[in-house]
Amino acid sequence: MLDFLLNEFLVTGDPLIYGAMVSMVLVSIAIVYVLTYFKKWGYLWREWLTTVDHKKIGIMYIIAAIAMLFRGGVDALLMRTQLTLPGMEFLNSQHYNEIFTTHGTIMIIFMAMPFLIGLMNFVVPLQIGARDVAFPFLNAVSFWSFAIGALLFNLSFVIGGSPDAGWTNYAPMAGPNLNPGPNINYYLIGLQISGIGTLATGINFLATILKMRAPGMTLMRMPIFTWSSLITSLIITFAFPILTVALALMTIDRIFGSQFFTLTGDGMPMMWANLFWLWGHPEVYIVILPAFGIFSEVISTFARKQLFGYKAMVWSMVIIAGLSFVVWVHHFFTMGAGAGVNSFFSITTMLISVPTGVKIFNWLGTMYKGKIRFDTPMLWALGFIPCFVLGGVTGVMLAMAAADYQYHNTYFLVAHFHNVLIAGTVFGCFAGLTFWYPKMFGHKMNETLGKISFWFFLIGFNVCFLPMYFLGFAGMPRRTYSIEPEWMPLNVVSSVGAVLMAVGFAVFVYNIYYSFRYSPRETQGDAWDGRALEWATTTPVPFYNFATVPKVEGPEAYWLMKQKGKTTYDKNNLEPIHMPSDSGVPFIMMAFMFVAGFGLVWEWMIVAIAGLIGVLACMFIRSFDYDHGFHVSVEEIKETEEKARREEK
Amino acid sequence: MSAESDLTTGPLEYRSHEDRMTILGFWIFLGAEIALFSTLFATYAVMFGRTAKAPSPAELFELPMVLIMTFLLLTSSFTCGIAIHEMRRGSLKGLLTWLAVTLLLGLGFLGFEIYEFVHYAHEGATLPSSAFWSSFFVLTGTHGLHVLLGISWASLLIVQLRRRGLTQVTSRKMFVVGLYWHFLDVIWIFIFTSVYLIGMVV
Amino acid sequence: MSGHSEGFPKKHIVGFLGSMVLTIAAAWAAVGSGLPTPWIIASIMVMAVIQAGIQLFMFMHMTETESGGIQVGNMLHAFFIAAIIIAGSIWTMSFGYAHNHDDGGSGEMEMENHQDMEE
Repeated sequence: MLDFLLNEFLVTGDPLIYGAMVSMVLVSIAIVYVLTYFKKWGYLWREWLTTVDHKKIGIMYIIAAIAMLFRGGVDALLMRTQLTLPGMEFLNSQHYNEIFTTHGTIMIIFMAMPFLIGLMNFVVPLQIGARDVAFPFLNAVSFWSFAIGALLFNLSFVIGGSPDAGWTNYAPMAGPNLNPGPNINYYLIGLQISGIGTLATGINFLATILKMRAPGMTLMRMPIFTWSSLITSLIITFAFPILTVALALMTIDRIFGSQFFTLTGDGMPMMWANLFWLWGHPEVYIVILPAFGIFSEVISTFARKQLFGYKAMVWSMVIIAGLSFVVWVHHFFTMGAGAGVNSFFSITTMLISVPTGVKIFNWLGTMYKGKIRFDTPMLWALGFIPCFVLGGVTGVMLAMAAADYQYHNTYFLVAHFHNVLIAGTVFGCFAGLTFWYPKMFGHKMNETLGKISFWFFLIGFNVCFLPMYFLGFAGMPRRTYSIEPEWMPLNVVSSVGAVLMAVGFAVFVYNIYYSFRYSPRETQGDAWDGRALEWATTTPVPFYNFATVPKVEGPEAYWLMKQKGKTTYDKNNLEPIHMPSDSGVPFIMMAFMFVAGFGLVWEWMIVAIAGLIGVLACMFIRSFDYDHGFHVSVEEIKETEEKARREEK
Repeated sequence: MSAESDLTTGPLEYRSHEDRMTILGFWIFLGAEIALFSTLFATYAVMFGRTAKAPSPAELFELPMVLIMTFLLLTSSFTCGIAIHEMRRGSLKGLLTWLAVTLLLGLGFLGFEIYEFVHYAHEGATLPSSAFWSSFFVLTGTHGLHVLLGISWASLLIVQLRRRGLTQVTSRKMFVVGLYWHFLDVIWIFIFTSVYLIGMVV
Repeated sequence: MSGHSEGFPKKHIVGFLGSMVLTIAAAWAAVGSGLPTPWIIASIMVMAVIQAGIQLFMFMHMTETESGGIQVGNMLHAFFIAAIIIAGSIWTMSFGYAHNHDDGGSGEMEMENHQDMEE
């Protein structure tokens, strides 16, 4: 038993991991101590763990995503340290494999998506004048399934060993023969659990945006961020089932001995790549489209102009969504699927640059002759445009199948996708968070610190990734754990850039603390002279969002309301508001899911079945639950609104 | 919660905006289910013929049994439709009767499917025997699991219907289960056609 | 709101009979018709799609309520995605019939050649 614990269960033998273990235990003890000392357990349970409020769920998503950004960032710094000098013995090859695998997986699945979904959760219902999402209970299930999936995945670091087959987890490398043990199972089960939650989010937001808009808000009057969320949800709904199946098939391969991606029994390892990218490419657009939406909102607000080319913006997103499903083979041109296949996917890939280019020109057009204010959110948006264009142009280079045989698997590719994912998604998340921060927490983030953080991050980002294009041309392969001497100078530059980015991130996080302490509080809801409905509510937003649902009379609903002096509080037209009840079932259900997932990871079937029974029991309880929420009385609404609006008048 | 109004006429399940939204949400979910099953179909199609040393599908598939399974499921889809029809006429008794018939037919289908799997296993075609048989068992097994889930779900609903009668909520729940059941038949039609019939032809 | 409070479920019975006939016709086409294989596959797939339509329109009331348009659009999109996933996977994973003509081997042979090349 002890033998099993020390040799298989816990990861042993590496000082870095011992350090991580100690810090994890200490942090956990500290959290428990603080919660007990300040008697906050009840508060935590009532206000957060059982909440179905889209705003709180959104905030929890964002907090978790920032924690994951930290984890993924530490992974990145470890890799950069290892690659700075030739012959480094900081990480061994196995450890390096694990680090780049967890870095990629965490950044995409547990950082970028939850960050954006968190912003969507907070903002979309407010932008369309709704009081919650269509299925608030399901929304809580989604969040907890993400949290549990992320927890399970991160646990692999100290219990059982991290997955090490890359974030793409290619077979047969990730198969049972070449890679036995729990590590790849962590990847499969962790992604499976959080993926199901993401699918539910997609369905939820489709129904929300299609059916819960305020009266008068036609599709073409929706704010552009809501449009991007609608398209993203559509892609999620049809792409995530593919991932679900792919992960399930490999899980069955590993645990029950089927032969899908094996080298025996006529299995086909490349089919994994095919299925993975059938999901994986739409996934790329899932993490970029909401960011496009954020930049559009930010640029329009800070250029103090209506978004230029709104219709073109919408249609280009629709076209991108359609094309996103027909380009997946460009991720494995070198598989050798043949000239016909490669040419087709080469052309569809290049086509995507057309609608994307349209969007770039729309942003520039919006700023043209605008009276631009350079607040931090706008800086992120301005930094995004040139950096993202660079990533887009190198993307077109990679799209050419014949040329791709040269770029494939080199640092050129690494530089390309960081150029689009960091400049697009990460800048977008930072822009969105600073932009909506006053709405979420009642105060802006400090501008000076925000600008310091921006410049460190922007400069660090370019110093880190521009050299990688040249390293790629010089033949440095992706995922290598040690470098040749002739690649050293550029790698040193790149590592310096990584440190600058880390400083930028640290300042960003410090800014959260600093602003909490010292930023002046918002006295009214409209922090940036905004244009869409989220700014029409008071700050902090009452839990029912809108006392009276506004009637939308054109695009930029709140802009029009401001001109006519209207508010979302019409004293004479109040009605009791129906709201959903909080529920602890999602949290408990996903706690059982954690047990089931952990059992499956270790192939302890009894534990897995016990966990699944718990999940089913929670569904059973939910099915017999006829609690359909409660009504907020007119008096309570009046009291809340009068109090919140007193300072405004 | 809703910006749109509730109705006072029409089928019970469509009266409240919330219930209409739930039904729409379920339709969207069915769209996702199509993507899920089409991935399984794609895997099956790609793995077709990759039987290694196991028997080929043409040796094992038998038309009479597949036809019986198909007719069981087709009929159950029809009786489920009648159950919803009775529900809309306001007849709880008619609804429960036809729903019970539907579930019995579903159980019959499952029985045949289990028999079929056991039979194939005896003939040397199991999940691990080859890529083709892996994809066959996972595709049909996923469908079978859906049928099992549908039966359990509908059974829970029978309890609720007996307890509460036909209300807006129970009608909506019943309608959604109905959609699910018909959808399983849609999937089976494609399994029947592209797995069994094509498996026997090629 | 078609079908509501109508006494006799005409639509359902027509749909049921239709799907029975189509099932038998498909089974006959597969084992009894003696048509060339591509014709069989094409015809039975068409019949399957018609049957799916029967379920969706006659049993599932897809076009009902103000969301009918969304529901139909959603299903069409789902079938579009399904076509991409299935046809795309088959095409991609057929491993290059556009080159390596000379060996004249089966698809499986070509597949093995490519694996060798990759290694």
